[in-house]
Amino acid sequence: MTSGIDLQGSFIRALIDLGLSPGVAKAIWIPLPLLLMLIGATIGVLVVVWLERKISAAAQQRVGPEFAGPLGTLQPVADGVKLLFKEDIIPASTDPWLFTIGPALVVIPVFLSYLIVPFGQNLNITNLGLGIFLWIALSSIAPIGLLMSGYSSNNKYSLLGGLRAAAQSISYEIPLALAVLAVVMMSNSLSTVDIVNQQTGYGILGWNLWRQPLGFLIFWIAALAECERLPFDLPEAEEELVAGYQTEYAGMRFALFYLGSYVNLTLSALLVAVLYLGGWEFPISIDWLTGLAGLDPATPWLQIITAALGILTVLFKTYLLVFLAVLLRWTVPRVRIDQLLDLGWKFLLPVALANLLLTAGLKITFPAFFGG
Amino acid sequence: MNLGEGVQLVSFGLLTALMLGSALGVVLAQSVVYSAFLLGLTFTGMAGLYLLLNADFVAAAQILVYVGAVNVLILFGVMLVNKQMAFEKVPGLALRQATTGLVCAGLFGLLTTVALTTPWMLSTTTPAGDGAIVAIAQHLFSDFLLPFEVASVLLLMALIGAIVLARRDLLMDNSATGLSDDLELKLPERPKASLSSGGEP
Repeated sequence: MTSGIDLQGSFIRALIDLGLSPGVAKAIWIPLPLLLMLIGATIGVLVVVWLERKISAAAQQRVGPEFAGPLGTLQPVADGVKLLFKEDIIPASTDPWLFTIGPALVVIPVFLSYLIVPFGQNLNITNLGLGIFLWIALSSIAPIGLLMSGYSSNNKYSLLGGLRAAAQSISYEIPLALAVLAVVMMSNSLSTVDIVNQQTGYGILGWNLWRQPLGFLIFWIAALAECERLPFDLPEAEEELVAGYQTEYAGMRFALFYLGSYVNLTLSALLVAVLYLGGWEFPISIDWLTGLAGLDPATPWLQIITAALGILTVLFKTYLLVFLAVLLRWTVPRVRIDQLLDLGWKFLLPVALANLLLTAGLKITFPAFFGG
Repeated sequence: MNLGEGVQLVSFGLLTALMLGSALGVVLAQSVVYSAFLLGLTFTGMAGLYLLLNADFVAAAQILVYVGAVNVLILFGVMLVNKQMAFEKVPGLALRQATTGLVCAGLFGLLTTVALTTPWMLSTTTPAGDGAIVAIAQHLFSDFLLPFEVASVLLLMALIGAIVLARRDLLMDNSATGLSDDLELKLPERPKASLSSGGEP
């Protein structure tokens, strides 16, 4: 399984063959995957926004966006362009510096977290040994941005919304981290690539979903709360807080929050796919199929097909989860703030701890099934 | 000097400037909220220095613990305690500040001399890199087991203490609407049971 397409190696070799020095060739390569991931994440957001509009419309028996492009696919682009051209307002009694830095602090960690998302054995920016822990550490920065924008708006709704958002975010980070820890314990590695590799080989039967059903549920609930998706969108509860910490924002600064929340949703769905649904592993093991057909896995055309299928599989699983999140949005009513914190601290945290203990026990008892 | 070393040198300079600047800001800023935010920046710069030393796990843990938890708690404290109090003019403020500055400069000079005159032993072992997690875990569960457990007991005590201090039983069904004359939102509070009695739910 360690073989596969090595884009980096072949790209650098091609540049060196053109007569560049190895250092320059590497320096040219470094920004490319980052740029690709940035563009990919942004396009992913456009797709998610369109899906959200269409599925929401279908859930309410409406048509949804229809006229901007075929099936309204250009609607999110129109939204983005509109926000781009809006007047950039900084209300008079705000703190202009904190008001500007706040949204950036919310968005940047989310984009940075894409560093660790793998789309294939070598199809990722870097295979960090730190892996999933980097995501947990980075997502803990976001509450500071929320507090900053809530405070600097100089508005009671904003401040309350910011405090709520930060409280919610740090409460649900703990069950989230504990659920991740159980998976990490089974795969003996923090690296996302290793976590997927540990699930490969048996197709759909090898996925962590079957070994960590509790962990999967905890992770999904906590991830929804981290993204402030609807059952948990307390920080911007319209009936109580106008729009929470976003109340005073307009134009591009508001667009950053909007972008950040959807990138975060996509990222969470991607990580659920990686941690629990086998990442780029097809429901029927490709290795087994090629072995059945008597093909050599190192054949170039087969490798390309496998890689393309891997990317498609990750994206399919991700958008399936996004679909689920949108459906949840229109089926589940919003919880109250005390219910939200109760759920986090009194239910999810003990269950996550029990899940961790259970995983440790099972790992010792059945090392063959739970990663020895 | 190759590309890697150049990048390392430049990032070291930038991180040092960032840390020194933000640390000075923490001390000198007039608004306590600015101080709290700048403290977060200082912690982040520290994590960057750990990264330059090839200690990725420690860097991520620094972000998670100091920026994500400690600094957020400080900010919560600053924002929830919303007392608008102007500083009272104290006599001889300039003299006090000059004395403080002098003491701090003296301390800084002392530490600088210590740092410059000490014959530092440079470690020649290669950094553990990705193996750091395993190495840290082995230390935590063997020779550092006692400090680790004592730290967790300390945290547990702090946790229970915070709950005991913060727990208030409000009498919601009181006839008062909650708006008293001094326009403070207060509900009558049930008196706390003395801690020695215990046991009462």
